[in-house]
Amino acid sequence: MAFVNWLKRNLVVIAGLLTLGYLLLPNVVVMVFSFNKPKGRFNYQWQEFSTDAWKDPCGVADMCGSLALSLQIAVWAMIGATLLGTMIAFALVRYRFRARGVVNSLIFLPMAMPEVVMAASLLTLFLNMGAQLGFWTILIAHIMFCLSFVVVAVKARVMSMDPRLEQAAQDLYAGPFQTFLRVTLPIAAPGIAAGALLAFALSFDDFIITNFNSGSTVTFPMFVWGAAQRGTPVQINVIGTAMSVIAVLCVVIAMVISNRRTRQKA
Amino acid sequence: MRTTHDHGGDVRLTRISKTYGGFTAVHPLDLTVPQGTFFALLGASGCGKTTTLRMIAGLEEPTQGTVHLGDQDVTHLPPYKRPVNTVFQSYALFPHLDIFENVAFGLRRRGIKNVRKQVEEMLDLVQLGEHARKKPHQLSGGQQQRVAVARALINHPKVLLLDEPLGALDLKLRRQMQLELKRIQTEVGITFIHVTHDQEEAMTMADTVAVMNAGRVEQLGSPTDLYENPKSTFVANFLGTSNLIEAEVDTRSGDEIVLKAGGCKLSLPRARCSAPVTAGGKVLAGIRPEKISLTHADDAGRVPEGRNRLTGTITASSFIGVSTQYMIDSPACPGLEVYVQNLDRDARLVPGAEVVLHWDPAHTFGLDAAQDIDAGVEGVEPDEGVAA
Repeated sequence: MAFVNWLKRNLVVIAGLLTLGYLLLPNVVVMVFSFNKPKGRFNYQWQEFSTDAWKDPCGVADMCGSLALSLQIAVWAMIGATLLGTMIAFALVRYRFRARGVVNSLIFLPMAMPEVVMAASLLTLFLNMGAQLGFWTILIAHIMFCLSFVVVAVKARVMSMDPRLEQAAQDLYAGPFQTFLRVTLPIAAPGIAAGALLAFALSFDDFIITNFNSGSTVTFPMFVWGAAQRGTPVQINVIGTAMSVIAVLCVVIAMVISNRRTRQKA
Repeated sequence: MRTTHDHGGDVRLTRISKTYGGFTAVHPLDLTVPQGTFFALLGASGCGKTTTLRMIAGLEEPTQGTVHLGDQDVTHLPPYKRPVNTVFQSYALFPHLDIFENVAFGLRRRGIKNVRKQVEEMLDLVQLGEHARKKPHQLSGGQQQRVAVARALINHPKVLLLDEPLGALDLKLRRQMQLELKRIQTEVGITFIHVTHDQEEAMTMADTVAVMNAGRVEQLGSPTDLYENPKSTFVANFLGTSNLIEAEVDTRSGDEIVLKAGGCKLSLPRARCSAPVTAGGKVLAGIRPEKISLTHADDAGRVPEGRNRLTGTITASSFIGVSTQYMIDSPACPGLEVYVQNLDRDARLVPGAEVVLHWDPAHTFGLDAAQDIDAGVEGVEPDEGVAA
């Protein structure tokens, strides 16, 4: 009876911990196996502890090249999608124009459409245009599918913004450009940043669309996929672990900064 | 840079109007606000008062007409080029800047480098010196309100526009801020144009009040003038409470009009009647509730001669401390309101008692009977101050 009561009281916590475990377990496995020393070509069974892979992360042929390419594409896709998406979001919230309703729904199409379909259609388009597949076709494709996510993130922020703030800025001698720079942009910044991060992450790990439109260019996800056919080097786990550690570190640093700021102000 | 040829800072609106599609928010309007006065635009929500204010600020372009500040025609100047600042409803403080930077915003945009001293003085004026480095959301409503005033005033505008600035505050704080704003206005001597739907607020603070209704100015004058000499039923009912008695013109003689209402004769000074008077015609005789004295019917003989009198029966009374409010049904008019100061309370004045209502004829005012007698009666009005 006492146990049932205890269970009742802590059910939410238990469910939360289980969910967290479910989410984090794959990451833990990746991390643990980055310290493995596999016997064959496949890194699927624990053998013994080793830091060989960490000491030589670029030891596998072509892997670091593909990683650099992926990072490069992700950064450019992020910049392109954020710029275009932010402008679209402002236009959709601020202006009443004829095609507004249509644009508002069409912008969600890339989010709703199956990726394979989109990838295949894009390939058809590129081939018919006679475009050479490679860096540029990948980048164009990535900007396209990241765009809708940026629009959604920025739109939410701009919509919740009090239009009187911009009027107040104008009333206080700020011209249109100054108003945008000093008031609109700083207030919309969190939405823009969220959209940009989303775009970076989506572009970095995209496989399906990239695979169709890359020609002979190999990005990091494609490298991992290709490697998995022949054998999985431990370095893949090293890169994966490093990525998640960097992400967690960024979150922690951001939290520490904002905590310190609120404590100073209070 | 814009004060080169400046003879006086009057605000002059000439035939300005604003229409949105088929809806006319402001009918062609002429208004002059003399420099240095505290001017109030008073009216219910949707009467066009905020639109009028926004046209002065430049946030709304008039459909027709012109706006002058002193000698300068500012009708087509954008808001950031007008020597006018606004205190917005719900304040519109910049959430990403601290209090100091909010107040310094206008100075910085005009390229003034050394702002520290001015900002600190301004924050002291509104008693917020120690909060300079806080963000707006860390302040209370009253403090935010004062930041909004400081942010506007620091620019030394020719005119300060206040758009329902006290709407979001609770009653006690609102009273306190009314006095505070009045003090600041007297101290800085800048023209204040204050938009409000609260008649008490307008009367406490303003030198001149313009009562607006349905896009038009109904009447303009000092608070006492508007209260004592309303020219329309809207003004009579919107500012305080009025008893309006439907009466018939009996005789006219020189300065006096004699009216007949429910078998009683009422005297009305000619000068206090804004309605056309024809023998046998209808007029609304108005009297404020606090001007009426009550005497129990048994003492009717003690009512002095020469006073307007009506008979009636008390239907309800409520004691509210300084005064007692009575509802009285009279043959001349049902539902008369009377406020009696609690000096010597007559224990016989209870619901059901027969009474004589009497007042000085000079306090009677006459209105055109062709108007809606209930115009401007305070209903359950949606408060536009809490929109955000």
